[in-house]
Amino acid sequence: MAAVGASAAELAGLSETSSIGASGQEVLHVTRERYLEVAGALRDAGFEMCADLCGVDYLRHLDRPLPEGVTPERFEIVVNLLSLEIHQRVRLRVQVPDSDPVVPTLFNLYPGTENMEREAFDLYGVCFEGHPDHTRILMPDDWEGHPLRKDYSVGRVPVQFKQAPGPR
Amino acid sequence: MTSEELKAETSEGLQELQERDETDPVALAIEEGSPFRPPEGPMLDLGDIDVEFGEDETMIINMGPQHPSTHGVLRIMMELEGETVLRSKPVIGYLHTGMEKTGEELTYVQGATNVTRMDYLSPLHNELVFSLAAEALLHIEIPPRATWIRMLMTELNRISSHVLWMATNGMDLASTSMMIYGFRDREMILSFFEKTTGLRMNHDYIRPGGVAADLPDGWEDDVMSIIETIPGRVDEYDEMLTGQPIFKHRTEGVGIISPELAIAMSATGPILRASGVAWDLRRAMPYLAYGDVDFDVIVGTVGDVFDRYAVRLNEIRESCKIVRQCVEKMPLGDYRAQDKKVTPPPRARIDESMEALIHHFKIFTRGFEVPPGEVYTAIESPRGELGCYLVADGSNKPYRMHIRAPSFVNLQSLPPLLRGGLIADAVAVISSVDPVMGEVDR
Repeated sequence: MAAVGASAAELAGLSETSSIGASGQEVLHVTRERYLEVAGALRDAGFEMCADLCGVDYLRHLDRPLPEGVTPERFEIVVNLLSLEIHQRVRLRVQVPDSDPVVPTLFNLYPGTENMEREAFDLYGVCFEGHPDHTRILMPDDWEGHPLRKDYSVGRVPVQFKQAPGPR
Repeated sequence: MTSEELKAETSEGLQELQERDETDPVALAIEEGSPFRPPEGPMLDLGDIDVEFGEDETMIINMGPQHPSTHGVLRIMMELEGETVLRSKPVIGYLHTGMEKTGEELTYVQGATNVTRMDYLSPLHNELVFSLAAEALLHIEIPPRATWIRMLMTELNRISSHVLWMATNGMDLASTSMMIYGFRDREMILSFFEKTTGLRMNHDYIRPGGVAADLPDGWEDDVMSIIETIPGRVDEYDEMLTGQPIFKHRTEGVGIISPELAIAMSATGPILRASGVAWDLRRAMPYLAYGDVDFDVIVGTVGDVFDRYAVRLNEIRESCKIVRQCVEKMPLGDYRAQDKKVTPPPRARIDESMEALIHHFKIFTRGFEVPPGEVYTAIESPRGELGCYLVADGSNKPYRMHIRAPSFVNLQSLPPLLRGGLIADAVAVISSVDPVMGEVDR
């Protein structure tokens, strides 16, 4: 039984140190190479549910402040793990470069990430290596582009104002 | 069969058959159809190919997206053998309108208006989780009255959502009287919402910084009349459905999910609780003032459709208990934080002060800036863990707003739930998951 009050990184015996953000939540920055290993160690340490997985596109904040030793990249995959036993959450942030947007899938550790990884792929174009059904989920299968990227335009519906020149 | 019998020695040696629940969740997920993806292209003309069709051929059919019992535009591809479902796969996205992208284009003041449209059966929960996330980034405290009003309103919303679930579930299982009763009871709560917030749905009532308006005069009487009526009605439904042989036959032992699989599939809410895991964020990680009220977490034992029905039925009773305590303990005071940065001035001040008018205009047009940071907040919505991941970059709009929608995640547990059941049971199972497609597709 884990000691209450210990951080998730301590519980799982990780070399990474977690930081407590301004919001009082535990955040763990991991590299792509250590991603699966860290997630596996956390699962064995009691973080048995993957509550959430989503992507973030930091195109406009490529120089954002991050803890020492973490190189900021364009994409981030944010994973929220939850321990039902000690009522604790931990958030993993993985930096994913624009040139090679691939991360290993968590499906083999947490089968519940199936939909979430497909969503992150669909909306951000980050690929999950080894995912059993690596297809679009929300957008149509033949859609071009990944809509939640910051360089994807919002689009607008033209509005016809009174006395504006008409289309003809 | 016990595990001893399963491991009995035969003429071919020891048979080490594993019991079902010893299978690794991943292997089970793969076997039960999570990666299953039937072809979507045009069908081949049977005359073009030279194949023999035996009697053991399987068939792939689509249930939905126009099927009335799929609660919206959910489409489920099913591989059938006769009437037995072998594998299935929910296909979603028909209602996708890019609400997360929209959320990045709207200010924090407008944001609640956007998120409230996601889960249209419990809009106040969506507003609450967004507001909690924004407040965590802003580091503002909200006054106790606002906290208790939020609790009162969201619990009433939970009752209305569960009652509507009872109604649609009854309709799916051919109990049309339940449908009429359910809609009748929901209307009672919606009229109270209309009186308080101005709208029956999509309220934009809970906002960063508090709530939009104080409770109306005489609200205690309205709320008390609701929670004095609902438990009696719930007893009636209990009597009408719980012991009814047809309802029992259609729900008991159908769509069973084990606690291990539910956790592996990230299922939350009534699905997880019905399988026997006492996990309720209101109790496990209290937000608002849930630590100060007395209620029970309802847990099932089997994890079948009937248990999910029973969990929801009894959660209505528990919510009534919470609402009653909210009425008794409602503190006096302000209903929104008096932080000049996020709170518009009182309406009366606008008529007499130019600065107040400018301030009001500024907040509703430009909004307020939120310091950079990222936060994940989660609350217990009627369908499970509703989370909001918010990234702020110091501007007046969220840089990234992600909603962890419980229905979206819970839909993953459909393939294991449907597997091996009859296609007629699929209707009961889909209904018991309670997907709200607005939230699934966002």
